[in-house]
Amino acid sequence: MTVELGHIALIIALCLACIQAVVPMVGSFSGYTHWMRVGHSMAVGQFVFVALSFACLTAAFIQDDFSVAYVANNSNTLLPLQFKISAVWGAHEGSLLLWALILSGWSTAVALCSGKLPLILSARVLSVLGAISVGFALFLLLTSNPFDRILPIPPLEGGDLNPLLQDFGLIVHPPMLYMGYVGFSVPFAFAIAALIGGQFDSAWARWSRPWINIAWVFLTIGISLGSWWAYYELGWGGWWFWDPVENASFMPWLAGTALMHSIAATEKRGVFRSWTLLLAILTFSLSLLGTFLVRSGILTSVHAFASDPERGIFILIFLGIVVGGSLLLFALRGPTMRSVTTYSGWSRETMLLINNVFLVSSMAMILIGTLYPLLADVLDMGKISVGPPYFNIFFVPLMSGLMICLGFAGFTRWKNTEGRALLHKGVIPSIVSLVMAFVLPMFMVDKLSWSNYSLTAVVTLLLVLWVVTMSLEDLWLKSRGKLSSLRGLSGSYWGMLVAHIGLAVCALGVGLSTAYDAQTDLRMLPGDKTELGGYQFQFVGVERVQGPNFIAYRGNVEVKSGGELIVRLSPEKRNYTSGGQVMTEADIDGQLHRDLYVSLGEPLGNQAWAIRFQVKPFVRCIWLGGLLIGLGGLLAALDKRYRRRRLRKGADESSGGLVFE
Amino acid sequence: MNKLRKQRLQVVLLIIVAGALASGLVIYMLGQNVNYFYTPSQIARGEAPEGVFLRAGGMVVEGSLVRDMDSLALEFKVTDGTSVLVVQHTGILPDLFGEGEAAIAAGKVDQNLVLQATEVLAKHDENYMPPEVAESMSEAYLDKRKTAAGTQ
Amino acid sequence: MKVVGGLFLNRLALFLPLVLFAALTIVLLLGLDKDPSELPSVLVGEPFPSFSLPALHDADKTLDERDVIGEVVLVNIWATWCFACRIEHAMLNQLAEQGVKVIGLNYKDNREAAITWLNERGDPYAFSVFDERGRLGIDLGVYGAPETYLLDATGTIRHRRVGVVDDRVWNNEFRDLYAQLIAVQR
Repeated sequence: MTVELGHIALIIALCLACIQAVVPMVGSFSGYTHWMRVGHSMAVGQFVFVALSFACLTAAFIQDDFSVAYVANNSNTLLPLQFKISAVWGAHEGSLLLWALILSGWSTAVALCSGKLPLILSARVLSVLGAISVGFALFLLLTSNPFDRILPIPPLEGGDLNPLLQDFGLIVHPPMLYMGYVGFSVPFAFAIAALIGGQFDSAWARWSRPWINIAWVFLTIGISLGSWWAYYELGWGGWWFWDPVENASFMPWLAGTALMHSIAATEKRGVFRSWTLLLAILTFSLSLLGTFLVRSGILTSVHAFASDPERGIFILIFLGIVVGGSLLLFALRGPTMRSVTTYSGWSRETMLLINNVFLVSSMAMILIGTLYPLLADVLDMGKISVGPPYFNIFFVPLMSGLMICLGFAGFTRWKNTEGRALLHKGVIPSIVSLVMAFVLPMFMVDKLSWSNYSLTAVVTLLLVLWVVTMSLEDLWLKSRGKLSSLRGLSGSYWGMLVAHIGLAVCALGVGLSTAYDAQTDLRMLPGDKTELGGYQFQFVGVERVQGPNFIAYRGNVEVKSGGELIVRLSPEKRNYTSGGQVMTEADIDGQLHRDLYVSLGEPLGNQAWAIRFQVKPFVRCIWLGGLLIGLGGLLAALDKRYRRRRLRKGADESSGGLVFE
Repeated sequence: MNKLRKQRLQVVLLIIVAGALASGLVIYMLGQNVNYFYTPSQIARGEAPEGVFLRAGGMVVEGSLVRDMDSLALEFKVTDGTSVLVVQHTGILPDLFGEGEAAIAAGKVDQNLVLQATEVLAKHDENYMPPEVAESMSEAYLDKRKTAAGTQ
Repeated sequence: MKVVGGLFLNRLALFLPLVLFAALTIVLLLGLDKDPSELPSVLVGEPFPSFSLPALHDADKTLDERDVIGEVVLVNIWATWCFACRIEHAMLNQLAEQGVKVIGLNYKDNREAAITWLNERGDPYAFSVFDERGRLGIDLGVYGAPETYLLDATGTIRHRRVGVVDDRVWNNEFRDLYAQLIAVQR
């Protein structure tokens, strides 16, 4: 019964979404305030029913109701409870239901927080969100119903959740990512409402900014978690593969980052209006495109699966209506450029423009690289894949350029900043970072020689130190050296500072772990030793151990440094009993300045094993940086100014930061 | 032409030049970093360029996996049902690698038509094999049948 | 006039994203056709490959392509390790009851496990070919189990389905074609 209840709840939610999409929009044109208000209650109602539907599906998982095809395919009785729950969004249907749930959650949040908004605007925003909900609910019900039963004979036992997915990282990763993806529907809805109303004053920009920040925080954390999961769960030490599915989540992030910067200029100075609107549309479109690419199975990747082409067609039509429609609206009603610019030189506007150029070109080249194999296939140019070097060769210089500009972020002013003053402020940081960038790599290695003096490390340190010293100098000047005045700085300013330093920390991790990464694959007999990155690894042996739902070979590796035992690592090769899958479970000794990473390959006979040893300096900084970036976004979103009712125009210039009044 | 229009013209020209440069660069780099997929039959016929990084795959021939006793060097054969391709590799094989299963190897083909692989990928899923491999096998079967029909 | 011209150009520029998106949509639409699960085997329209393999229930009995030719049949590739096959099994039983002739190709499996499996769940197959090493699978270009081929009376492959055949798939892809082939056969 719960299953039917869930199905019916989803149908009711669809009906409510239809009302939410149509009635307030009609009301906004005909001026019926009653009609306009309908959207708010519909959004809340829709959330309640989608949540009920989601709860029913979860209940089916907990009760092992294998008459439901989706449950039977993705869960079994032996699965621990937390994985039964996370299995709800472990595959296609459930993850879409989660998407719908999050979308209705965001709509509800908009409905509840829209008190300050003009009714006509909030009505239109909710109507757009309702229309998106209709699309997803229809998609679920028509092509991917998670409540479909297997009749007449349900299986007694379910299949297995892929052991790769039986992991805490994957319990949290998809909801985070979806919170981000779907969160960008709110600025999208604001942009569409602005286009419909033809009003492009700073109001819509100001209202959508906190929403952008929060969605962006979730997406940032989601991507970091995904990368972290790949690092420790896939078992071979990689943390980013330029896999189409990774790219699908990274593109909206880049566009979203560009959006949150350009909208600052739109709000404060009224510039880049059409560009900001376009970015709002683009960011959400890329989120949808990500879903399409991942869910249609159109690109083969680690995550793809043989799937139903009907779904692909549906998503494509949906994508066509949402994106095509909004771009058409944009083309017909978007504000045309003003010919007279009101900013000049090295103003903050210019810097934000440069920032956007870097971010959007990175996004564009990732998009091209991701879709190129598909294009080649369509044009019968053969089956191809685009290798990571393509992505790196563009992404690294673009991000480096971005970081150089980012150093100046705090110092620039709206309208006009004197170039000479800006250069003047860069003198001390550039001297400090230049000296340290050339000196520090000498201490990173045991015996210095030309061959191990890493230029990658020099460039990385140069960029990282530049960003950090510039940010700190700005903080010093803004606080005039007094601790007490730090409290006077706005949340937005702190947000900017923390996020920028977070990016630097992340870059530090990427650069140094690439520069000093030491890796070797060896054939090891018990007792064999090897030396790597200043550490001595000794392979003691392998034993068989029994896990809850697997049998494993567990290796025993002692790691010494300077003759002293640091840690014993026990990498495993697991054999999952129910599905017969084999998994490599690496063992990692993680510290901020280095990770020791050992994974067990295959047995080679005569007690010999293939083993991969890795020493990865500063690799943890990548995810630490990701968290800092997210924290920065959170600080900016929590800025007091968004909670004030009326804003004083043009006051408080001195507080600085990307987002100040 | 007034100053403003001149300025705008410069901006437009700049955008066009930058755009053209960027697309040229992207196309060039794509060409450099794209890896084509070849079937064992294609390689046997000498259709694959020598010394160019590419991917090839098929079903791992039973009993063809041979390992060096002192290192991680190994050799195995893959087939699409018609031709056999020898793959040499040094390193650890993926978890899902198995004889009689599909595998894709990435590397360069040498003069002896042996694929010197830098990477070996097994099928990424327990149940399904990579589409390239499955397709190549039925194509090879079809070719074989047609040739057989031609000689009769 | 100048101003109007400028505005017109500006407006035209706003159409640029739409044009780019339209191009992208066309690529995606064409790409969907290339969806591997949708792509029919290159063998559609070709005779079923010849083979010589033992029967599942009788290791001494050898089956070949002649056992498959002569009637309109479904050839279903299945295995006990394939979970989706369990879901599909009920549908196959139902089809067999309705009089559809289904031939099994037990793919890379264990003989005893496969026989036990059929005893427990019912055997929809007229007979099952035991392809322990996946040899026939190579010629057919099998992605994995389950997979289903529809053969006409001359043994020509008329349709291929990668993945589970359920009610919907049967009705959409197989039913009409099957009825048509049966009519031709008579």
